[in-house]
Amino acid sequence: MVNKPHLDEEALAELRDVMEDEFDVLIETYLSDSADRINTLHRALVTEDNEMFTKSIHSFKGSSINIGAPLLGELCLRAECAGRNGRLDEAGQVLDRIESEFQTVSDLFQKLLNA
Amino acid sequence: MDEPLTEQAPLTILIADDSDTDRLILGKLISRQGHQVVGAVDGQDAIEKFEQHQPHMVLLDVMMPRLDGMAAAREIKRLAGERLVPIIFLTSISDAKTLASCLESGGDDFMSKPYNRVILEAKVKAFNRMRLMHRTLSEQRDLISERNRQLLSEQQVAKRVFDNVAHSGCLDSPNLRYHASPLSLFNGDVLFACPRPAGGMHILIGDFTGHGLPAAIGAMPVAEIFYGMTSKGFGCGDVLREINQKLKRILPTGMFCCAVFIQADFHLNQLRVWNGGLPDAYLQRHSGERLVLPSSHLPLGVLSTERFAADVDVIRTEPGDALFVATDGLIEAEAPNGQMFGEERLVTALDDHRGSEAIFQSVLNAARVFAGDRELQDDFTVFCLEMVDEEALEQLPDRLLPSALTGPSDWQCDYELNDTTLGKFNPLPLLLHICMEVPGLRRRAGEVYTLLSELYTNGLEHGILKLPSAWKNSPEGFGQYYAERERRMAAIEGHHLRFSLNHCPSADGGCLTIRCRDSGEGFDYRHLMAERPDDHQYAGRGIMLLRQLSTSLRFLGKGNEVEVVYDWQYG
Repeated sequence: MVNKPHLDEEALAELRDVMEDEFDVLIETYLSDSADRINTLHRALVTEDNEMFTKSIHSFKGSSINIGAPLLGELCLRAECAGRNGRLDEAGQVLDRIESEFQTVSDLFQKLLNA
Repeated sequence: MDEPLTEQAPLTILIADDSDTDRLILGKLISRQGHQVVGAVDGQDAIEKFEQHQPHMVLLDVMMPRLDGMAAAREIKRLAGERLVPIIFLTSISDAKTLASCLESGGDDFMSKPYNRVILEAKVKAFNRMRLMHRTLSEQRDLISERNRQLLSEQQVAKRVFDNVAHSGCLDSPNLRYHASPLSLFNGDVLFACPRPAGGMHILIGDFTGHGLPAAIGAMPVAEIFYGMTSKGFGCGDVLREINQKLKRILPTGMFCCAVFIQADFHLNQLRVWNGGLPDAYLQRHSGERLVLPSSHLPLGVLSTERFAADVDVIRTEPGDALFVATDGLIEAEAPNGQMFGEERLVTALDDHRGSEAIFQSVLNAARVFAGDRELQDDFTVFCLEMVDEEALEQLPDRLLPSALTGPSDWQCDYELNDTTLGKFNPLPLLLHICMEVPGLRRRAGEVYTLLSELYTNGLEHGILKLPSAWKNSPEGFGQYYAERERRMAAIEGHHLRFSLNHCPSADGGCLTIRCRDSGEGFDYRHLMAERPDDHQYAGRGIMLLRQLSTSLRFLGKGNEVEVVYDWQYG
């Protein structure tokens, strides 16, 4: 499970093909939306708002899978399960991993955009 | 809404997803397929955009802020009404329960993330086909129901026209009971009853082959002939022959009219019944005895005039005897198990009932009980006539409209029938027609007809055929009388019957003198004139009637000539 790649090259190639000149906009939108989401997730943990955490992580998971970041999607799924089952401690630990994985994915995307 | 008519035409598709990236990707996939995209950021927004843009299809994320996908789907389906607007849920959820509740809320399918563009395109196409098919079906359903409404309203109009021509005559007489479907005309059934000028009535129960308009077409001329000829005094044989000839001429091969024709004479207490192709008719006597009157002729409109036989069963009756006739729809009425009502059940229902009302109710009840849950299919006609004392019948409505023309009032006319014509031709309608030309006399058609008819019967049956009227006093003699009458009619030779009519106007009406002379031997009438014959004896009845209606009655010569003088006033 954890051996999923940071980025799914094949999916990204298809996305680039589909989005044409809007590919850059898509990636930028994803990156800024995700940064907002991570903030929301932290806030939900602090206020112990389980519902907000679950909904947010669910959306984050969906868009990460769609954008071609499978490992991030996988981590989101784990956090969602933990959140759903009320294990906010575990959810917090996974969120740390999500944050670092998002950093990795962001760097890779930036490279891709600058290339 | 602007509806694309073909599968290729571009659609407007609403995409509701709170994730900007997902909406971007999906929107791009859809617009690359040539469709118009409308985006919504949550469920509430989706409903508003739906009302605003009236999209053909909706792609809905399940989890959205403000209003989730399932609630939005329910509202969108409600707003779409009869239109099929396919809803495809977008989801990364895979638990069966959630997926099932998506469908229950009105969704038609799912798409899971990440989106596969090949599958997405195939789904959009498939749902568009379904959408178009649904719309075609709805349109055709609306078209069919509109056509049906139109057909029914045309039938109503046709029925009104028909009812004016084929008015129900004297079907509302107290001794008649009938059941006919409101639109029976269009299941091919006809039921007519018309009073005869000199009392009694004609009834025709008919069942045309087929259903709908084709079955109704023949009814119009039948009604015209039936009412026209009956009012003019024609007997059942003449009316039957005329109807048969007309139908034979106008109906296509394979179309005909099964019918029972009844001539009821209440003063003579006799029925003449002709059955061509209808189920058995039954005479249920008040004594409990039952006489079956099966079809003994081909239906009307089958045989050419030369081959058509209008001979009838002449049945002597008593007040309280009831004649029952139904079209085959009754016998063929089906029970829930598909079994038919049948003749046996009909006969059982007739048993132990007396009088038209009781018989009629018993049969209809039996049929309803038999049909049970299946509800009686209303496509049959049931008719029941009860023999009554003539006095019990109120004056039947006179359907003859007074003519606007001024006709002759001062005239004389001799009319003589010779030999074989005597046996074949009934001169009464013609003679009545001549008399009815006198202005004002039409209102007395019944009395004039009675005078003519009694003189004619007397001259022909007693004067020429020498039938002893006493025979008619017993049931056996009754049959003998009519059998003998027929035999002797066919062998008339060297005889004639002469009518001399004379009319002159008076201050407030007129005076009609009718003489009828036959070529018979005559009889000793002095004896008859002295006596007051019993009214219930047929032998004397004719004389009684003539005496009652006329100002004077005279036997002339050797008793083979009778003269009546009929004075009448405008009334």
